[in-house]
Amino acid sequence: MNDLNPSGWRPSLGTADPMTKTGNRALELEEPLIFEIGDAARCGVDFDACEGEILPGLRLRAAPVDVPGLSEPETVRHYTRLSRQNYAIDLGLFPLGSCTMKHNPRLNEKVARMPGFAAVHPLQPQSSVEGALTVIAELADWLVQLTGMAAVAMSPKAGAHGELCGLLAIRAALEARGDAATRRVILVPESAHGTNPATAAFAGFGVATIPAGPDGRVDLAALLARLGPDVAGVMITNPNTCGLFERDLKTIADAVHAAGGYVYCDGANFNAIVGRVRPGDLGVDAMHINLHKTFSTPHGGGGPGAGPVVLSAALAPHAPLPYVVRDPDGRPRLVESAAERPETFGRMCAFHGQMGMFTRALAYILTHGADGLAQVSGDAVLNANYVLARLRDVLDAPFAKTGPCMHEALFSDAGFADGFSTLDLAKGLIDEGFHPMTVYFPLVVHGAMLIEPTETESRAGLDQFIAAMRSLADRARAGDESLHTAPHFAPRRRLDETLAARKPRLVWTAP
Amino acid sequence: MPRYFTRDHEWIEADGSSARVGITDYAQGQLGDITFVEVPAVGAGLTKGDSAAVVDSVKAASDVYAPVGGTVTAVNTALEDAPDLVNSAAESDGWLWDMDLADPTELNGLLDAAAYAELVAGQ
Amino acid sequence: MRTLPLTEADRAAMLGAIGAGSIDDLFVDVPADALLPGPIPGLPFHASERAVERHMAALSARALTADDAPFFCGAGAYHHHVPASVDHLIQRGEFLTAYTPYQPEIAQGTLQVLFEFQTQVARLFGCDLANASLYDGSTACWEAIAMATRVTKRSRAVLSGGLHPHYAETAATMARFAGDSLVTFPPRAESDSDDAAVIAAIDGETAAVVVQYPDVLGRIPDLAAIAEAAHAMGALLIAVVTEPVALGLIESPGTLGADVVVGEGQALGVGLQFGGPYLGLFACSAKFVRQMPGRLCGETLDADGRRGFVLTLSTREQHIRREKATSNICTNSGLCALAFSIHLTLLGGGGLMRMAELSHARAVATARRLEAIPGVSLINRVWFNEFAVHLPRPAADVVEALAARGVLGGVPLSRLCPDRADLADVLLIAATECTDPADIAALGSALEEVLA
Repeated sequence: MNDLNPSGWRPSLGTADPMTKTGNRALELEEPLIFEIGDAARCGVDFDACEGEILPGLRLRAAPVDVPGLSEPETVRHYTRLSRQNYAIDLGLFPLGSCTMKHNPRLNEKVARMPGFAAVHPLQPQSSVEGALTVIAELADWLVQLTGMAAVAMSPKAGAHGELCGLLAIRAALEARGDAATRRVILVPESAHGTNPATAAFAGFGVATIPAGPDGRVDLAALLARLGPDVAGVMITNPNTCGLFERDLKTIADAVHAAGGYVYCDGANFNAIVGRVRPGDLGVDAMHINLHKTFSTPHGGGGPGAGPVVLSAALAPHAPLPYVVRDPDGRPRLVESAAERPETFGRMCAFHGQMGMFTRALAYILTHGADGLAQVSGDAVLNANYVLARLRDVLDAPFAKTGPCMHEALFSDAGFADGFSTLDLAKGLIDEGFHPMTVYFPLVVHGAMLIEPTETESRAGLDQFIAAMRSLADRARAGDESLHTAPHFAPRRRLDETLAARKPRLVWTAP
Repeated sequence: MPRYFTRDHEWIEADGSSARVGITDYAQGQLGDITFVEVPAVGAGLTKGDSAAVVDSVKAASDVYAPVGGTVTAVNTALEDAPDLVNSAAESDGWLWDMDLADPTELNGLLDAAAYAELVAGQ
Repeated sequence: MRTLPLTEADRAAMLGAIGAGSIDDLFVDVPADALLPGPIPGLPFHASERAVERHMAALSARALTADDAPFFCGAGAYHHHVPASVDHLIQRGEFLTAYTPYQPEIAQGTLQVLFEFQTQVARLFGCDLANASLYDGSTACWEAIAMATRVTKRSRAVLSGGLHPHYAETAATMARFAGDSLVTFPPRAESDSDDAAVIAAIDGETAAVVVQYPDVLGRIPDLAAIAEAAHAMGALLIAVVTEPVALGLIESPGTLGADVVVGEGQALGVGLQFGGPYLGLFACSAKFVRQMPGRLCGETLDADGRRGFVLTLSTREQHIRREKATSNICTNSGLCALAFSIHLTLLGGGGLMRMAELSHARAVATARRLEAIPGVSLINRVWFNEFAVHLPRPAADVVEALAARGVLGGVPLSRLCPDRADLADVLLIAATECTDPADIAALGSALEEVLA
């Protein structure tokens, strides 16, 4: 034990820091782990007195669970201090391509906490939760109309879960048709996000990769050539991961349908076209929607998300249970039994969906409306093209010559000095006060930097970001050594990920 | 003992009908710091071209393919605690597995040291 | 619009810099017949914050909530009191609007919380390790089965009849597509769980046995005995905990021999939320570390030698391994994990035990009150905070009648097993530290009225 905290841990003061006794530097506060400051006997909760019997047949544990407690003031301090070591949308721009890190309106938080949504149990009698069921039905209706599809499965818990839902619906449709055994291959563009082939494999399919053409879109001839009786369908992202609209999507969809397959669309980039283009008009059979991307539900440091899946008429009968329908009198009702929907492929998870995300997304959608949502996609595309226009003279933009981008702009590391990489530029961007853009994705471009500003970024904010990027591009081309050791000003310098992977320490143990 | 190479950067050192396999120094340099190696099971049967092992670095997991077919007779257990041997000694102490060869003539299709050096120079 | 900062002057200047005449010009790649000429017809236009709030508040009012009514629903989601600090802290913008911590230098807040969370879950469950959370208990359960099949190289799993039917159905859906075979025992309204039947079903082809603890009727299986039987046949024991507060009073499954413990963290910090988002918990032995699904946070050092945390072992995950990943999961349940962790920090082991004692005592008091009602008979021999009773009438009808009287009197088992006519008279009742004596009295008299 030393005089800094009960466990004796003191922050190592680092090689470059000025010495302070505590390791703190004014408002930059070092915070130990709860195991280093708390103990199992401390408690920040007051309980009512407990009188009552313990059942004699209940075998009790020997000692309390060994997790530390803290008083309320200590708990508030611990987590407040930790929060200050995080970058967040509320602080600044996240130019993360394909993540759509838009502003999270606080009305969403207020609405999600209304008791008729937050303080009701999923298995209460349906007559006692009519408002909550109506929220789900209203949101479902909006999603179906915005996408021009026939139905929506609301239960998937996140985008990847929604992808699985879409592929399982395809597999169920093939089984119903009798050719699931022969149609075992899903075609996936090489620019696809890793979840696409992973999900296809999980759903029991093999994956055939289709190359991208020189214009960054999927090679149409190669895709058409690969169609055949063994193909169950195609997974395509539109706009694609290079930020470009797949112009041939309708042609592809028609060809895939003619060849007996289905079209799954990864909806991660829906923000580029929401309110202006309906995927259903392009022949899509299933598309997941990331409510935490396009519809502003908060990322929460990594989750939770929500991934409802819109479905075509061909796939709708196979949607997973449960889902909300409207009875003839207009009242919403949860359908939970396979007896009522025999073609369903079954249940994907307990209960019926991410209600907390439905309320937030519905509040967002009602706030914007059909006109506002079209303005959202318009400004998102405008902002990305502005960034592209103002950086393409200092950074290589492989597809800029062929036309505008959609909601995200893609750059490569061509022109950087020897030994200088996209990673170095990204770490330098941290020192400038920004979260790095998406890096090394998509794989089809070397040292990819994918920038998606979203529509909630002001022009002044964009100009500041552009100025920082221009400076970093100059430094990367000139070979400025200090980039190799960036970031210099963050709460931590570059962290040793090799050590973390070679000698994993995943839980705290007493020294 | 004769050493051969594959276009996927594996080396194989053969002694009659048994051999030792690893990845080349060039390959480990491309992969960066190696954090974990998944070796095949002793006794496993391999076909030429099968993914037999996986080498993990922080950001990637790379398959190592069997240069020829046969049966695994031993694996380098030192890699469990010291996967970094593949970085420091890829072509010696960082070997991956020993095997009996099903068909030694399969070695004929592989590259010799000079041809492999040319391949690397061209990358 | 208040969320869109660009002014018309901004747009004009930016279009000038781009060299485009209008925003529509930027959509040149969209085929003309796919680009809508105007806002989608039939959908309302934008609305003020006040109007949206009123619309949602009107919907919220159409509900009987756990705040308004005596409340006894459980069946996989529990009504515990969440201290005000928890909700206040998770709404800090630096937590709420942060991204996945892929740039660890500016995400140490999130990462340190995940490291603490992993340690708390591992200790709560009695295991070596835990991950940074999965979507919910049901998906954690099928991820555990999938991991067991990978690890044992067998494709058969035995599911106890005490497993929550939603979890069993989820596992069945996934198994069907993975080609695994499941032996699923049906729920039975017996006084004890079906341990003997489950043990008898384990064979040399079994990858895992899945047992809920406490089970869906609130009974408490003998995990040590089942673990021994499973291990003797080379199978893994997967324990499923849907009410983690139970572990404040009864032994942790890992300590009793479970190889993998999964569960639902909703009871701590998260709230009822009409079914989601919830919190999947996953813990296991250290030997399975490279087969675990989901994100993992690990300790390391930075370039100055200071302790820090990073996501690690990511080569298992889908964005790297693609087709060969251990799972296709992308998100964890970050904000819910934070809420769980804060609540458990406020409690500490001692507080969790007191919360559990209260929950159990209130459940016992509820059971005593109900058994005194003619026609109502208690099924369980033992329970933690949830038990089942036989009613003289179909439980679903009784629950509707109770709701009409302003009492949320539990979950009919038929809601989970609609095709089991023989279980139609079984009602599941849960109590927690939120259950006041007045609530118990209200349930008792309302039920007497309904059954009279």
